[in-house]
Amino acid sequence: MQTKKSNYTSISEMLGKLVKQQIFIPVAALLLLAIFNLIADPGFYKISYGVNSAGSPVLSGYLMTILDYGSELAILAVGMTLVTASSGGQDISVGAAIAIAGSVMLKFICGMNTPVIIAFLAACVVSMFFGAFNGVLVAHFKIQPMVATLILYTAGRSIAAWINNNELPIVSDPKFAYLGGFIPGIPIPTPFFIAAAVVIISLLVLRFTNLGLYTQAVGINESSSRLNGLNPAFIKFITFVILGLCVAVVGLIKVSRLSTINYSVIAKDIEMDAILAVALGGNALGGGKFNLAASIIGAYVIQFLTTTLYKFNVQSDALPAYKAVVVIFLVVISAPVVRDYISSIGKKISHKEVA
Amino acid sequence: MKDKVVLEMKNIHKSFPGVRALQGVDFTLCEGEIHALMGENGAGKSTLIKVLTGVYGKDEGQIFIKGKEEAVSIKSPEEAQKAGISTVYQEITLCPNLTVAENMYIGRGSSVYQNWKKMNGAATKILQSLDIQADATQELASCSLAVQQMVAIARAVDMDCKVLILDEPTSSLDEQEVEKLFKLMRDLKARGVGIIFVTHFLDQVYEVCDKITVLRDGKLVGEYEIADLPRVKLVSKMLGKELHETTGEKKEHLTYEKKSGVVPVIETENLHSNTGIKPFDFNIYPGEVNGFTGLLGSGRSECVRAIFGADSVLGGTVKKNGKVVKISKPMDAMKNGIGYLPEDRKVDGIIGDLSVRENIIIALQVLRGFFRPFTKAEANKFADEYIKLLGIKTASANTPIKSLSGGNQQKCILARWLLTHPDYLILDEPTRGIDIGTKTEIQKLVLKLASEGMGITFISSEIDEMLGTCSRLIVMRDLNVVGELSGEELSQSMIMNTIAGGEK
Amino acid sequence: MKRKLLSTLVCAAMVSSMLVGCGSKPTEAPAADTPVAEASATEEAAPAADAAATETATEDAATPAADGELIKVGIINNDPNESGYRTANDKDMKDTFTEENGYEASFAYSLKNDEQITAAQKFIQDGVDYLLLSAADTAGWDSVLQDAADAGTRVILFDRTIDADESLYEASIVSDMDKEGQTAVEWLKSQNLDEYNIIHIQGVMGSAAQKGRSGALTDAGFNIVTQQTAEWNAEKAQQIVQSVIDAGTPFNVIYAENDDMAKGAVAALDKANISHGVGKDVIVMGFDCNKWALKELLAQNWNYDGQCNPFQASYIDSIIQDLQAGKTLDEKVVVMDEKGFDATTITQEDVDTYGIGE
Repeated sequence: MQTKKSNYTSISEMLGKLVKQQIFIPVAALLLLAIFNLIADPGFYKISYGVNSAGSPVLSGYLMTILDYGSELAILAVGMTLVTASSGGQDISVGAAIAIAGSVMLKFICGMNTPVIIAFLAACVVSMFFGAFNGVLVAHFKIQPMVATLILYTAGRSIAAWINNNELPIVSDPKFAYLGGFIPGIPIPTPFFIAAAVVIISLLVLRFTNLGLYTQAVGINESSSRLNGLNPAFIKFITFVILGLCVAVVGLIKVSRLSTINYSVIAKDIEMDAILAVALGGNALGGGKFNLAASIIGAYVIQFLTTTLYKFNVQSDALPAYKAVVVIFLVVISAPVVRDYISSIGKKISHKEVA
Repeated sequence: MKDKVVLEMKNIHKSFPGVRALQGVDFTLCEGEIHALMGENGAGKSTLIKVLTGVYGKDEGQIFIKGKEEAVSIKSPEEAQKAGISTVYQEITLCPNLTVAENMYIGRGSSVYQNWKKMNGAATKILQSLDIQADATQELASCSLAVQQMVAIARAVDMDCKVLILDEPTSSLDEQEVEKLFKLMRDLKARGVGIIFVTHFLDQVYEVCDKITVLRDGKLVGEYEIADLPRVKLVSKMLGKELHETTGEKKEHLTYEKKSGVVPVIETENLHSNTGIKPFDFNIYPGEVNGFTGLLGSGRSECVRAIFGADSVLGGTVKKNGKVVKISKPMDAMKNGIGYLPEDRKVDGIIGDLSVRENIIIALQVLRGFFRPFTKAEANKFADEYIKLLGIKTASANTPIKSLSGGNQQKCILARWLLTHPDYLILDEPTRGIDIGTKTEIQKLVLKLASEGMGITFISSEIDEMLGTCSRLIVMRDLNVVGELSGEELSQSMIMNTIAGGEK
Repeated sequence: MKRKLLSTLVCAAMVSSMLVGCGSKPTEAPAADTPVAEASATEEAAPAADAAATETATEDAATPAADGELIKVGIINNDPNESGYRTANDKDMKDTFTEENGYEASFAYSLKNDEQITAAQKFIQDGVDYLLLSAADTAGWDSVLQDAADAGTRVILFDRTIDADESLYEASIVSDMDKEGQTAVEWLKSQNLDEYNIIHIQGVMGSAAQKGRSGALTDAGFNIVTQQTAEWNAEKAQQIVQSVIDAGTPFNVIYAENDDMAKGAVAALDKANISHGVGKDVIVMGFDCNKWALKELLAQNWNYDGQCNPFQASYIDSIIQDLQAGKTLDEKVVVMDEKGFDATTITQEDVDTYGIGE
């Protein structure tokens, strides 16, 4: 009896601990979706091996699609998480900024015939500049992030069109397509490797600098952070610049996928998915503590959801409605009131069982 | 005489979870009377006013208003207004982008269709009668702060208010503006309005008020005619030290032996910041413990914040060990070996969601630099060391600091600054709101640190505590340094006399 | 914190609704309201009209042009940066209404109706002879057109119609989206495939182009594997086709309602090594005749592209000449013919002539 009781308590304790873990939310959501698909159609998990039209080996299937498109989101989620943590707000201009980054790349590659790397670096500089623009508005002029980034959100796509005189140059080099597709001989989509690189770099940055501590401190208590020698404005600013860098990387993938972009629709609504990834990762949208890994899993969960919905032939213009349902659910379950309630119920149940 | 009373509050009780904010407070206001409501932090002034204006409900007690036989129940600010009680707050609660007249009439009257001409005419009349220099049709934002405040008062007057509450109205006004406001207050008094005046400026109380009610720790200390209560008595009532009691106090006091040739660790000249404090000179020697004392709002925190660069410094110099240093932001102060434990622990001190460990190491970490984070082992070592040293009660170093008790949170902040090994440590109300045991621990620690050569400035609302810790006290009143006490002068009566100023 | 979160979400919701709101405007334009001219007709009509113009200019002394007087036209168009279609359309206008051709043209651009109306009023005051209008919005034009009528300014609509009494304008040159769809579906039928398994990628739902181009296909009774809107967005089209491929459902036609989406679809095919184009596994159909798309046809990677003719200037020119000559127009609404290009018959010349953009 004694052992049984301790078993119960330890299980309920473990469950309680698990539920309290931030990473629990995205992982639970992932499992939920995975199980749903397994029941609905196990064929969802089929991965086939073949060759693409360029003759290189590829793995394909829904999971690969998720890995492929989720990677873009994962990269954005990294930057968005930092911005959210430090400023307590979100950047809604990433879609438009991706259009700008893409346009800059096209201008350099097609207009000036520079190598891809130069074009990419140029796009990085421009994206970081626009990130800095947002950052100054938020950090220095203390404008609410969503309002501040509304400016670029509105103007960004026109700027992107202007950069290339509204022309849509096409990159003819087939090698360029590797970045958004497959590198010959490697059957896993390249964006996944790019995302992995971004994630590793950001984890290293978090490990070897104080970026994480500083952004969280500023997000939690700006006044106190200042009295501990931090410069809250600069830290907010820098997170927006980092997001700008992430935007440039996603722009690279986007341009590579089709060898060109359409300024008015490229990466449309991607900001919403990126913000959703952060929220799904259990990070408070009001800023403060963050968990990067949870955001990244959140990003893949979003793509999992999108792909699942496509599979079931849900009209693509109805997707936002489904995502909205997810948002509502998430917000409700992540509210402290509800969480406490759930854990108290869990305790009651285990107590009853013991009795 | 009885019928002159416009407001009577009897035996008011109000509790919040964990705090008994008001315990049987009585308050009486007569027609044509300016009545000061005084008290230190936590005395219950604002709670009393909020009960009166319907922001809080009262737990017990009765409120009577002239013209009504029965006790009235005020459940909301609207009801308070209807009952003739109006409040004007320090921060203007009007709409700056509307005109003066609109501000005076907005949200009043049943008619949706305003007659603009009539409204402006009426407003002009009131403004003239009160001698307020404002045009009814000008935008409120274009008026000075004082005029805005007066417009708020005019609005209240026009609503037939019998009781006007002025809550810290003079905090952001300059002297001339204050004079104008006082003139208006006297005019209203002549019209028979009863005015409750809340302020922390002693001079103003004695300039304009007729009566004083003093609260302390949620209890009524007494109601006094202004003539019967010299300043020093007022101070003693507010601080809870009866004068006869203070005369017989023990003579022991702390002294600091200044060695020759030693320069102050920190010295300021004409330092002032954007908070309104007058330029002040200050110094502290290695191993010395001194303190700023004064009533709430006297500027003691503002002085140390200026030294730490926490507020925007407007002028003056700071010398560290005799050399002029530039301190314009907290980081500058930290680099110069200054630590600052802020007055408001929750707002300025703890970083709530971060762990105890992170809260302890953050200042040293920031000093060390962005690219040189401590390893987890190092951070844990620091945290564990200070958790043990200061006896911080926490489940682990990983616990979020917000889940600790106030005293333990304060110890973490103390640990944070001790970890930086400062030459000069500022402790602003380190003992506020924490248990007695921790209080004494902190006091002991302060003396120990000083004996090891650290200069420490200690600020506390409790004079006993100051006397038990400091060997020199800088006394402040109304944002001014008004005296410096050391040696024999360190006694409660001297302190209170100096705070009160003028009379001995 | 909770409150902050809530307000953030409300913002998010508002913003996303705005996204939907703005989304339709720029996207609709490139593909949609674009009058697709009958290629052959344009081709012939353009030189013919030019010829007529010069003829009248030289022979008929009655026209103002012949007197050395220029015909004043005020042209109100949407922003040429809006899309490749619009850029081509604007260029066509500028090339046609030149001094050499006897015109004095002024231009005004805006995507906003009220700004366009202001521009129209200014043109009327300036005393232009003809007001050429591609309205941003269908409503709100009655009074300003009445002013034009009072001032003796004649109005010709191009590209877009408006909700106003027909008497207020001389002519309206538009394209027939339904017919565009029919032409494409007729072409598809003529391919005589054994079976038709079609992936139908639609534009922004409810736009004129989407309705016209979807209508014909839905009525044709083919087997449609999936019917999804990609909202003119190549990336979405790619994901939609990817999803069908991942599901393993067989298909042999991609009917994309604009070139961008066709491109996205093809990217998904390439990834899965599904051959497409002339004589290959999957037939690819697009619309709008972007030059890059026609090149794909020429390379036989795609099979069909429905034209979206931005070249209305020659039509307008001939109407003006007719009006100047005192002739009456047979019909108010001139529907431009639109052509469909087949990869097996397209020529480099077609690409150069009809391709939009670079």
